[in-house]
Amino acid sequence: MLRFENVGMRYGIGPEILRDVSFSLAPGSFHFLTGSSGAGKTTLLKLMYLALRPTRGLVHLFDKDISVTPRDEMPALRRRIGVVFQDFRLIDHMTAVENVALPLRVNGGRHAEIDTHVRELLSWVGLGERLDARPSTLSGGQQQRIAIARAVINRPRLLLADEPTGNVDDHIAVRLMHLFEELNKAGTTIVIATHNHALVEEFGHPVLQLDDGELVVRHAGSPAAGST
Amino acid sequence: MMLRRRTDLPFERDQSTRFLPWIVALMVFLGALMFAGALVVSDTIDSWNSTLTGRMTVQVPHDVAGDAATGTLVTLLGATPGITGVRPVPASEARALLIPWLGEEVVDSGLPIPALIDVELAADARIDANLLATRLSQSVPGTTVDDHRAWLSALINLGRTVEILAFVILGLIAAAAIVAVIFTTRSGLAVHAAIIELLHQMGAHDTYIAGQFQFQAMMLTLRGGIAGAAAAALVLLVFAWVGQGIDAAFLPPVTLTITEWLALMIVPAGAVAIAMLTARLTVLRALARLP
Repeated sequence: MLRFENVGMRYGIGPEILRDVSFSLAPGSFHFLTGSSGAGKTTLLKLMYLALRPTRGLVHLFDKDISVTPRDEMPALRRRIGVVFQDFRLIDHMTAVENVALPLRVNGGRHAEIDTHVRELLSWVGLGERLDARPSTLSGGQQQRIAIARAVINRPRLLLADEPTGNVDDHIAVRLMHLFEELNKAGTTIVIATHNHALVEEFGHPVLQLDDGELVVRHAGSPAAGST
Repeated sequence: MMLRRRTDLPFERDQSTRFLPWIVALMVFLGALMFAGALVVSDTIDSWNSTLTGRMTVQVPHDVAGDAATGTLVTLLGATPGITGVRPVPASEARALLIPWLGEEVVDSGLPIPALIDVELAADARIDANLLATRLSQSVPGTTVDDHRAWLSALINLGRTVEILAFVILGLIAAAAIVAVIFTTRSGLAVHAAIIELLHQMGAHDTYIAGQFQFQAMMLTLRGGIAGAAAAALVLLVFAWVGQGIDAAFLPPVTLTITEWLALMIVPAGAVAIAMLTARLTVLRALARLP
């Protein structure tokens, strides 16, 4: 599904944000991505969802070597990845339905089909009553669920979420995690970047831990790098 | 029904696009007037070409003019290769030609008006006016030949230069419109960068995003183009109306044929096409920098 080999990343002539990062994700796996602020979590996620190209090393995604994949084939790869951004990135002039429908529209889906599919999904995430609401009129938790619905509407094979529980209370955070687990059971590979250690311990999935640009993979229950 | 298409980018919130229809309207207005001017000059040159270049005028001095001299000259001219028609201009016609310039009183006060002979030339005639005048004056002394081609070719050259200049200015107006569209599009790319990045991440092809800017450019320039073309048409109609009262054979008529009015529509249509293409290429070029 996804394999990084000795990946390094720097912005311009700045220091390396990521150094010799190597790991692989099996199809249908569920990982947490942790690390302190500035450890490179967001950069690693951006490399995973193809918003950046590494300055060195190899990234293989869906059996393709990204460094040699032609640019015009990249949109097809991106359509197989769902992303939940930390700041949601909902489009404020669009309704909940329109926001969630956007990936399908980009994909050239038919209007009637899109509408039915989107309404069903929004009902599934508990927003069936707020279909025509604009993001600015919704709570943080509701916006988060729209962002998740938008990320999964295309039935992505890989779902990446950057601090999806960062702006919601613990109760909603647990509900969102159950939502991710359901998606994972349906076969979606999931990576969740989070600071919430309690959540990581509670759900017990393997952890990709970034420490000053270097990655350590540890399994649930094993001590965090640097911890005693 | 208003032409509407759903776009993902909220262009209506983009302040920089508000001026584009005005800029395009002004440019289409100037461009249409320039194009109409070029058409009028072209028509005038064609008219001069068809009526005057195939002719010469023979002048017989007043003191030697008479039926005998005219008869001799008509015979000589008729026998000259390349001359297809010879017509002595009646005195009344010559008088009528002078009256608008000198007035009836002066013309009828015993002015020594030369006798005129209108000569029609074959299209491929190569007749030297000076040689012809020398030959004619041997039979009727003092006879001269006016070759319209000499002064007309200078006038036609001037007309062609004006025509070329009009098209160069039209090109400069188009270039200025392109620059305006490029800046508006770049501004739009900056204003909507976050949504464009999101669409890109969702797997939107560059052409999907470029298509939205292209549609927006079409709507803005269509609005400006129609306004500019309507204003130019109004000005041309006023010119044509004012020109009706002027009776001067050499002044170009400021009227356009139906075909020319239709040809004038090339200006707003061209502005829309140029704006769409410019917006598309600007966006595609900018997006090519994304991974």
